[in-house]
Amino acid sequence: MNKFRMQQAALGLTLAWALGLAQAQTRTPATPDDSLFRALGGLPVIERVVQDFMDNMLADARIRHTFDNSNVKRVREKLVEQFCQLSGGGCIYTGDPMREVHQGLKLSNADFNALVEDLQLAMDKNGIPSRTQNRLLALLAPMQRETVSR
Amino acid sequence: MKKITKSGAFALLATLSAPALAQLSDADREAWMQAQQRKAAQAMRAAPGPVSSGAAATAPEPAADQDKTRWMPDLGKLTATGGVIQVEGAGGGGLTPWALITGYGTRDSYGANAHYTYLSTQDYTLKSYGVAVGILDRLELSLAKQEFYGSLAPLADLKITQDIVGIKLKLAGDAVYDQDRWLPQIAVGAMFKHNNGIGGLGTVTSVRQLGAASDAGIDYYLSATKLLLEQSLLLNGTLRLTKANQMGLLGFGGDLNDRYQAMGEFSAAYMINRKLALGVEYRMKPRNLAADHEKDYYDAFLAWFPSKNLSMTLAYVALGDITVYNPKRQRGVYLSLQAGF
Repeated sequence: MNKFRMQQAALGLTLAWALGLAQAQTRTPATPDDSLFRALGGLPVIERVVQDFMDNMLADARIRHTFDNSNVKRVREKLVEQFCQLSGGGCIYTGDPMREVHQGLKLSNADFNALVEDLQLAMDKNGIPSRTQNRLLALLAPMQRETVSR
Repeated sequence: MKKITKSGAFALLATLSAPALAQLSDADREAWMQAQQRKAAQAMRAAPGPVSSGAAATAPEPAADQDKTRWMPDLGKLTATGGVIQVEGAGGGGLTPWALITGYGTRDSYGANAHYTYLSTQDYTLKSYGVAVGILDRLELSLAKQEFYGSLAPLADLKITQDIVGIKLKLAGDAVYDQDRWLPQIAVGAMFKHNNGIGGLGTVTSVRQLGAASDAGIDYYLSATKLLLEQSLLLNGTLRLTKANQMGLLGFGGDLNDRYQAMGEFSAAYMINRKLALGVEYRMKPRNLAADHEKDYYDAFLAWFPSKNLSMTLAYVALGDITVYNPKRQRGVYLSLQAGF
């Protein structure tokens, strides 16, 4: 009986692990799939989201100082390009590498998450459902490694 | 046979944690170095110019601000990503500890939570309350008390209490950021439990009299938690080494078995939105006592996070029959309130 239960436990863990692995593998190839771009509402919605996102960040006492030396208009353009490219909309991100852009800012995880919250609010405002928001955030989350240096 | 399964599990754990060791690749490091050199060159060029374009003119100096706020909790994690407090006081779901560190402190800060949980089945009530702190999003310490009451004769006056001290250490991975890796967040933990004895059962005052080998015990566990943002899903698997009967409320070890056994515990939750999660949990249990055909626990829960300072979890739980003296399968409601930062 006990043997059986231990096997059950091991099997369950293996399953959970395999599920995660399968998940990672289906995501790795750079798919030309534009379903997220369409779910977001295409370029017009992305542009509005980025506008609101930028406004939120510039009003956010936690992180607005990080834009003190930034060309806000350019940042906004690059964000549109980036979100469009990531979501499969066919744009090309022409900005500098994320690591380079952020390295002098000494950003913390709290700063990164504050930015995420500002983006979530912007997506809420533009009626993007939670599921779709999370699909975009899944593509942005790994950028923590390139942007957070503190 | 048991050995093989156990070593298999450890091999699995080894493969789970290995990739974490090589997080910063050489290529990453080189790219960073190059970028830094470019930035330095840029700054040199900008410095002698009479009116620089604004870039590198005055470096932002938030240092003074930071000094003031350094010791304040940062509430920096995203809503719900600290989980809730489970029934034994550790950060997790309702029945199972997870690899998440409790509270909303990031790796530069700390967080803490107090909880009160009320679980009521046909014939029993379980109350649990306590506090837990999360330090640097790395270490979690928890204190909890469980109080178990009977409400049906002959156990109508039954009262058993237990103290639990918990410690959990995050080993690898990040449940939120590692969306491009399969590596889950992994943590190990221990729960030091002490049963304070039985009240309301006449001459039976100790769990030993029910067949338990001891009134104190330690659970060891390893948890892996993965947030799959693309699917809005959270998965957790926990492997627990335990001798505890009904979590320790009926003591540790017993007349049938007095050795550590590995038990699997599983949770899955769907994030309806940032403030609502709907999930299920399953927790395997040992059967050490002849006097208790102990059953696995399971539950279905809805957790609500109205803010980072407050959460509420409502669940339907099934605990199986508890002791041979009452063969009715116990099912009921689980309500947990949590406040913290």
